[in-house]
Amino acid sequence: MSQPNRLPGRGLVNRDRPVSFTFDGREIAGYEGDTIASALLANGEIMVGRSFKYHRPRGIVGAGSDDPAAMVQIGSDPASTDPNVMVTTREIHAGLEARPQNCWPSLKYDVGVLNDVFMRFFPAGFYYKTFMGSDRFRWLNWMTFEPFIRRAAGLGKSPTKPDPDTYESVNRHCDVLVIGAGPAGLTAAANAARSGARVILVEESERLGGSLNATDPEGTTIGGKAPADWIAAQTAKLAEHPEVTVLTRTTAFGYYAMNFVGLIERVSDHLPEHRRDRRQPRQRVWRVRAKQVVLATGAIERPLVFHENDRPGIMLAGAARSFLHRYGVLAGKRVLVFANNDSAWQTAFDIRAAGGEVAGIVDMRRELNEALALRALKAGIAVYPRTAIVGTHGRHRIDSAFVSSLDDSGNVRGSRSRIECDLIAVSGGWNPNVALFAQSRGKLKWDAEMASFRPGLSWQQERSAGACNGTFELQEVLAEGSKAGLEAARAADFTVRAVKQPEVETSVVQSLNLVPVWQVPSGQPREKTKAFVDLQDDVKASDLQLATEEGYDSVEHAKRYTTQGMGTDQGKISNVNAFGIMAEARGITVPEVGTTTFRQPWRPVTIGALGGQHVGAHFMPRRGTPMHAWHREQKAIFEPVGDWLRARAYPKPGESFHDAVQREAKAARTTAGILDATTLGKIDIRGKDARTFLNRVYTNAWSKLAPGRCRYGLMLGEDGMVSDDGVTACIADDHFHMTTTTGGAASVLQKLEDYLQTEWPELDVWLTTVTEQWAVAAVCGPKAEEIVAAVVDGIDLDPEEFPFMTWQDGTAGGIPVRVFRVSFTGETSYEINIPATYGRWLWEELVAAGKPHGLTPYGTEAMHLLRAEKGFIIVGQETDGTVTPGDLRMDWAVAKKKGDFIGKRSLSRSDTIRDDRKQLVGLLTNDGDHVPMEGAQIIGTPEEPAPPVPMLGHVTSAYFSPNLGRSIAMAMVKRGGQRMGETVWIARRGDKPVPAKIVHYDFLGDAVGEGA
Amino acid sequence: MFVIDCPNCGSRDQSEFTYAGEAHIARPTESENMTDAEWAEFVFMRTNTKGLFAERWWHATGCRKFFNMLRNTATDEIHAVYRIGEKPPKVTANLPLTPAGESSIGSGNDAVKIMTRDEENAS
Repeated sequence: MSQPNRLPGRGLVNRDRPVSFTFDGREIAGYEGDTIASALLANGEIMVGRSFKYHRPRGIVGAGSDDPAAMVQIGSDPASTDPNVMVTTREIHAGLEARPQNCWPSLKYDVGVLNDVFMRFFPAGFYYKTFMGSDRFRWLNWMTFEPFIRRAAGLGKSPTKPDPDTYESVNRHCDVLVIGAGPAGLTAAANAARSGARVILVEESERLGGSLNATDPEGTTIGGKAPADWIAAQTAKLAEHPEVTVLTRTTAFGYYAMNFVGLIERVSDHLPEHRRDRRQPRQRVWRVRAKQVVLATGAIERPLVFHENDRPGIMLAGAARSFLHRYGVLAGKRVLVFANNDSAWQTAFDIRAAGGEVAGIVDMRRELNEALALRALKAGIAVYPRTAIVGTHGRHRIDSAFVSSLDDSGNVRGSRSRIECDLIAVSGGWNPNVALFAQSRGKLKWDAEMASFRPGLSWQQERSAGACNGTFELQEVLAEGSKAGLEAARAADFTVRAVKQPEVETSVVQSLNLVPVWQVPSGQPREKTKAFVDLQDDVKASDLQLATEEGYDSVEHAKRYTTQGMGTDQGKISNVNAFGIMAEARGITVPEVGTTTFRQPWRPVTIGALGGQHVGAHFMPRRGTPMHAWHREQKAIFEPVGDWLRARAYPKPGESFHDAVQREAKAARTTAGILDATTLGKIDIRGKDARTFLNRVYTNAWSKLAPGRCRYGLMLGEDGMVSDDGVTACIADDHFHMTTTTGGAASVLQKLEDYLQTEWPELDVWLTTVTEQWAVAAVCGPKAEEIVAAVVDGIDLDPEEFPFMTWQDGTAGGIPVRVFRVSFTGETSYEINIPATYGRWLWEELVAAGKPHGLTPYGTEAMHLLRAEKGFIIVGQETDGTVTPGDLRMDWAVAKKKGDFIGKRSLSRSDTIRDDRKQLVGLLTNDGDHVPMEGAQIIGTPEEPAPPVPMLGHVTSAYFSPNLGRSIAMAMVKRGGQRMGETVWIARRGDKPVPAKIVHYDFLGDAVGEGA
Repeated sequence: MFVIDCPNCGSRDQSEFTYAGEAHIARPTESENMTDAEWAEFVFMRTNTKGLFAERWWHATGCRKFFNMLRNTATDEIHAVYRIGEKPPKVTANLPLTPAGESSIGSGNDAVKIMTRDEENAS
C-alpha cells in the first residue's frame, strides 16, 4: 500500500481521499482522481493483460483513450460486468474490481502463450490460408476450427444476464459545440460563449485543461498565471454564461451528417455503489445537433516500431509526462527515452527534474537540436545520437534495452550494447486526432513536416483548432482556439468582438524537428523481427509487408487481411505507422497509400447507452383499444397486430389455447360472439369528388352506392397486386367512411394522400384518419340481433328492415352510435361504432346484455378461423404482394367497364393474364383430423420425387373448424380454379405427403362440392 | 440523419419524414393505349442516380404533405426543397465530379479521403 512511485507534492489527484480497489484479486491503493493505470503505476505495476492472438504480456502504453491494449474486465456480476475497459480512462473508486483479460490460469502464467511460441507459423492471413483455402485441411471445415480459434483469441467476456443499469438519451440543439477542453477548446468555448450563443463544451476526462494537465506546472505561464490557475479562470468565465453547458466524462463518439454529434456521458461509472444517485442513469447519450462545431481533440502520440517493442514497460513519452504531472507518478524507476523528434526530450527533462533516474536519450536523428542537447548535458542525461533500440529484454516488464548506432543510410552499424531500464518512453511523432474530422467527411491533408495527416477541406460546419489541427505551440494554440470560437459563433449568427489573448511563457519543448521513421531497423532478418505495429491485434510490421507482397495494395484490404487497426482501439496509435510501413514496402508515399475509413464510434460505447430508455416495454410501445383493460382483466392472450396489441383468445382457467379458440368459434356461430374490432383502420373521406376518388382507388364501381349502403373493395398497387381490402360506407354523396386492414391503416392513408396530393390535386377530397375516434364492438351469431337490441336504441334491427351491407345511426345510453351490418364471419353481424371514450362502457353493456344468450368474447384467432370457414381472405396471409384479384378468383370485385383505377393496366399485362398462375382454392385433407401446416408446399404426386420437386403451390391458412368438425385449409395452387375435385399432396418435412382435395374456399356455402 | 427543410413547417429532423421515391414521374393517363413495356417502365423502372437526384418526401408526422427535394445521393447534400407540381429549380453543382462519378468531397469514398496535390495548391 506504499505507492512507491508516487511523488510527494506532484500531481492533481486528491491526496486527502485515499481510495483502494482490487486488481487481479489484490488490493491496490490510490487517490481520488487516479485512473486504474495511474494507481497501478504508482504501485510499480505495469502489466495489465495478454494480447489478443499471441497472449503476449501487455502493459500500459498511453495515458488516456489512446491506449491500445491495457484493458480489464470490471466487476464479476454476470449482469453488470463490463469487458474491455481501458485502465487509462477508468477512474478508481472504492469497491472497484478489475481483472485481467484473455489469460488463463493467471496473468503471469498463461497457457495461451503457446501461440506466442509458434508465432512465426501464424503469419498474416494464417487462418484464411490454413483453414479455408488449403487442400490439406479440406477434410475439415472452417466451422470445426472456428470455436477453438475464438476461444484462444479474444478480449473480455460479455455479460450473460440482462443489463441491470439504466441509461437515457437526450436530444439537444446548440449553436456551438466544442469538442475537447484543452487549451484550444477552453479558449474556443470562452470566446464563443461571450457572444451569448448556446455553447456545449465536451471533455472526455473528469478534468478540464487537456494537455495543460500533463505539463510541468512550473514550466509554463499563461497571462502570468500557472496553467491550473488559467484553467480555473477559464472555467469560471464559462460558468458566468447561462447558455453554456460543460460536460466532463463525456466523449464525442460519432460525427454524423449535418452536424449531428453523438456524445456519451459516463454519469456514475466513477462513483462507488453507495454514492450513485439512483435517479440518474449510469450513462447518458446526448444527441446533439450543432449549428457549428469546433474540434479541439488534441493529438495522439505514435510509437516507434522496433524489435520487441511490445513488452510492458514501453510507454509513449507523452503518457509518461502525463502520469508524472497529472497523477504525480513516476512510471519507471530508470527511464530510457527513444525518439526521432524533439518533443520526447521533455520527458527526460521532466523525469530528471522530478528526481527520477534517466538512463539516457536514444535518438535516431543524425542532427540534434543543439539547445536541447545542451540542456541534456546540463541535466546530466546521456544522449545517444544516430542510435536505435534494436531489442529489449524482460518477461513481464522490460529490464534492459539493446541499442546500436546507425550508419548514414539508417542501417544498424556495429554491435549492440545493453542499457538497463525499466521504462522506455518512446515517441515516433504526433498524429493530429482527426477521427471526428474524418467522420464528418472532411478531407485530410498530408503534412510532410509532421509526417502525418491533418484536417484539409471541411465538408460540414466545423473547424479544427490546436493540436488536432497540427498546431502545437501553446501561443498559437490559444490564438487558433480563440479564432475558432469567434468564427463559430459568428457563423451561427451571433456578434462577438475579439479580445486580446494572454501571453504564453514556457520552457517546455515545443519544437518537433521530426525525421520520420516507420520501422526501426533491427539488424536481423524480417522473420525474426518482432516489431509490433498494432499492440491490440498483434500485427507486426512483417505482417503488413507480407500482405503487401501478396498483393494487398488497397489499405482497406490490407486492414482486413492483417487485422491492423481493428478491435476496440481502432488503431489510434498504430494506423499512421502502418500506412507508413505499407508505403515503404510499395515504394510510394503515405498519402498515396491513403487511410482506412475513420468510423464511428471513436471509442467503444455501451450498447445499453445507445438503447437508452427504449428497452423492454418502451422498445416498441404498443397501442391498446379502449377495451384493452377489459381484455387484460379476462386474462386474454394477446398478439401484436401492426402497432396494436389485440386479444388473441380468452382461455378459461385450465383451458388450453386451442380449446379456447374452438369454443369461441363455435359460440360465434351457434349463439353469439363479440369481437373488439376497434383496430380496423378508419378513414373519413369528404368532398364533392369523393366518389370519383373511390372509383380510382378501388377495383370496383362506387358511382351508384347510395347513402346508407356499404360495399367491400379491393385496393391494388400499380403493379396490379392486391395491397389492401375493406368495407367502405356511403354516409352522404360527398362523405364516405372507409375501413382498412389493421396493419395497413397507415400505409393506405399515405398512399391515398400521395395520389390526392401528387396525381389528382384537382379532386376536391379530404382525408382524415378516424381510427382512434371510434371504438368498435362486433356482435355476430344467431342471437346477435337480440343482444344488440337490448343496448342500441333508435334502430330496427330486424334483418328485413336493416339488411346486410347497410348502416344506420342510433344511440346507446344516449350516446350516438353508428351500426354497420357487415360481416367477416358469414353470420348476421352488427359492428357498433361509438366515440372511443365510451368503448369500454359499450363493450360491458353488450357483454351484460349477452350473458343470458351465451354471448362469448372471441379473439383474433377465432376471428381468423371463422373467416376461413366462410372463405374470406386476409390480405397478407392469402396474399403476399404477388397476388391479383383474378388469382384470388375475386374477378367479381373488379369493374371492367368503369374508368381507370390504380393497378388497372397491370391486370392485362402478359404476366398477370397467364393461365397457369396460382389461384386461391380450399383444401380438404382426406384425413379430416389432420391440420396442414401453413406455408407447406403442395405437390402433384403421392410421393415426394427427387429434387428439384415441381411445386404446385402452398397452404396459406389452415385450421381445425369446430363448426364443420374437420380441418380446412386455403391454398394458392397453380391453375387452382380449374382443378376442383382434384387430389393434391401437401409435403411434410421428414414425413409422407398428405393427400387433400381441392374445393371452393367457401366451406360454409354450397360450393363445398363444386367441381366434384 | 438529415435535417430537412419542409416547405410548410421549416427545418425538422429526418425521423419525421418518409421517403417516397423518385420525383417527376407522372402517372400515365391513357395507360390502356400503352404497350406492356411502356407500362412496365412506369411501374417498375426507376433511375438509381449517384449524384443530384430529384426525389419525393412526405412529412408524415408534420404537415402530412408531399414535396420534392434535390439531393446529392453521394454526399447527402440537400440542394433544394420545392413543392409538388413545381419544376426542379436550377442549382449550381458546386462540386466537380471525379472520374468515378464521385463528388470530390463529402462522399466518404476511398478516393476522396485525402487532398490531391492540385487541391492543396488551389487552397
